[in-house]
Amino acid sequence: MLGYLVRRVLAAVPVMGVVALFVFLLLRLTPGDPAAILAGDNATPERLERIRTSLGLNEPLIVQFVTWVNKLLHGDLGTSLISNLPVMKMIGQRVEPSISIALSTIILAVIVAVPLGVIAAWKHGTWIDRFVMGLSVLGFSVPVFVVGYVLIQVFAIELRWVPVQGFRSIFNGFGPFFERIILPTCALSFIYIALIARMTRAAMLDVLGEDYVRTARAKGINEVAVMMRHALRNAAVPVITVIGTGFALLISGVVVTESVFNIPGIGRLTVDAVLARDYPVIQAMILLTSFIYVVVNLLIDVAYTLLDPRIRY
Amino acid sequence: MSVDTLPQSSIPITSPLRPRFGFLTSTPIIAAATVLLTLIVVVSILAPLIAPHDPIQLAPSQRLKPSSAQFLLGTDAYGRDLLSRVIYGGRISLLIGIGAAILSIAIGLAIGLVSGFFKLVDSILMRVMDGLMAMPSILLAIAVVSLSGASLWTVLIAITIPEIPRVARLVRSVVLSAREEPYVEAAISVGSSLPKIMLRHLMPNTIAPLIVQGTYVCASAILTEAILSFLGAGISPETPTWGNIMAEGRQYFQIKPSLIFWPGLLLSIAILSINLIGDAARDALDPRMKQREAK
Repeated sequence: MLGYLVRRVLAAVPVMGVVALFVFLLLRLTPGDPAAILAGDNATPERLERIRTSLGLNEPLIVQFVTWVNKLLHGDLGTSLISNLPVMKMIGQRVEPSISIALSTIILAVIVAVPLGVIAAWKHGTWIDRFVMGLSVLGFSVPVFVVGYVLIQVFAIELRWVPVQGFRSIFNGFGPFFERIILPTCALSFIYIALIARMTRAAMLDVLGEDYVRTARAKGINEVAVMMRHALRNAAVPVITVIGTGFALLISGVVVTESVFNIPGIGRLTVDAVLARDYPVIQAMILLTSFIYVVVNLLIDVAYTLLDPRIRY
Repeated sequence: MSVDTLPQSSIPITSPLRPRFGFLTSTPIIAAATVLLTLIVVVSILAPLIAPHDPIQLAPSQRLKPSSAQFLLGTDAYGRDLLSRVIYGGRISLLIGIGAAILSIAIGLAIGLVSGFFKLVDSILMRVMDGLMAMPSILLAIAVVSLSGASLWTVLIAITIPEIPRVARLVRSVVLSAREEPYVEAAISVGSSLPKIMLRHLMPNTIAPLIVQGTYVCASAILTEAILSFLGAGISPETPTWGNIMAEGRQYFQIKPSLIFWPGLLLSIAILSINLIGDAARDALDPRMKQREAK
């Protein structure tokens, strides 16, 4: 088990290495002077020089890479070209709304999608099954910002149940937090529900064909217990995997959702950075989100061994 | 027994090289998707003939007009006819969708074929693919566009890169299972050249799954393009794309929601139709893929 853990962690290192190399080379290999690209068309020579020093662009490529990676490993993600603040600090200030949306989305999606998937598999081939699968295709197809604006129009503008936009910290009271986060969460969870429901259904269908399910039914156990205790437990592994691999999708969704609902999270930070060509911020966001993705999937792999006693390493 | 005396099989015999297109009308919903998508494609191609007004010409005196006989869907904040802009908007989306599908399949096919065949190259290429998959596609595309400027080409490349790993992995898995087949072993043992084995014996196996994957890439690329434009990181704002129209409509959303709803509706219909056709194609061309419900 320990050997497996070590091997699994080591396998994640080259993935992060590729991500780091990619964002590093992206700036350096884009045709043209990187400093000029970042500074824009009418930059003063002083500003160009400051960007060059700040990013170490005057050094040979390999030296730049080693210094940069060394800084990264010490938790230094660089300095914003616009605000001159450390990027880590900027992200830290904006991370709460994004985490709130991401977590509430995962929770809502699992609560809605897993039962949907189970019911679809249970009633396989009936109209309920087709309805759930249709809903799932719809979830993949309707962009999160379209869903977002429809929700705003209906629930915030027409019905006036909730405020149109904005964010309140959960630490300033649950009520204001909840009424502002409910729409973004619903909008974002649409695609996630589609993904998880589809996977739950497929995993359940696989498991329902197994002998132990037939045995359980033959023993006369009621259907609900068969579904929950015998089938769903064994279908859990692929479902949890898809929650992990869907994480990249979730992050992309958070970026868009924050723009729709005017939420000052790290997604907005990234979009503002793009408009201002603040590359250190964009670069840090890619590194950070990829790192989280890799760690989440690592944890999920490890969780298998706990969930499924058949998996032993 | 000659071929024509064989009993009629209920299972359609499909050659991977001659995909049947009957699936396009297999159910009423798929048929509707096919009709809608064809309509969107035709209208986009004929946009200069169909659009009632110039989609770019500014007319400040006509700002935010409601629907009328002159402007069926009303006008936007710059006095441009919304209907004409929405009609033109489909062109970029479809171009990006088809372009990204072709590019990612071409590159992914090359990577997948090579990695399915050479173990050493495989371990390197697959680590690179893992790395690309770890990066959220929107952020990756945003980074590329923010550095190289937002032209049609850079947006296309930015959208294609994150799609490549999935195609490469798919091709690789097909190659890995196909190369164990007796006919490939036979080809190797009679000394067929490597390019011949790859192109003649391995590649045909990938065609059916790639057609299916291509439709998914197309849908996902159209979505990503719209998101990039919507965030202001896409093709320049004066070009009418569905994402751009919506991005401009954001400010006026409370006054005139139709600026967001019409392009959003068309965008959703286009993506939904392509996804439905993709699912139908998967069921018709590649029954094995039916098992792998999650893409």
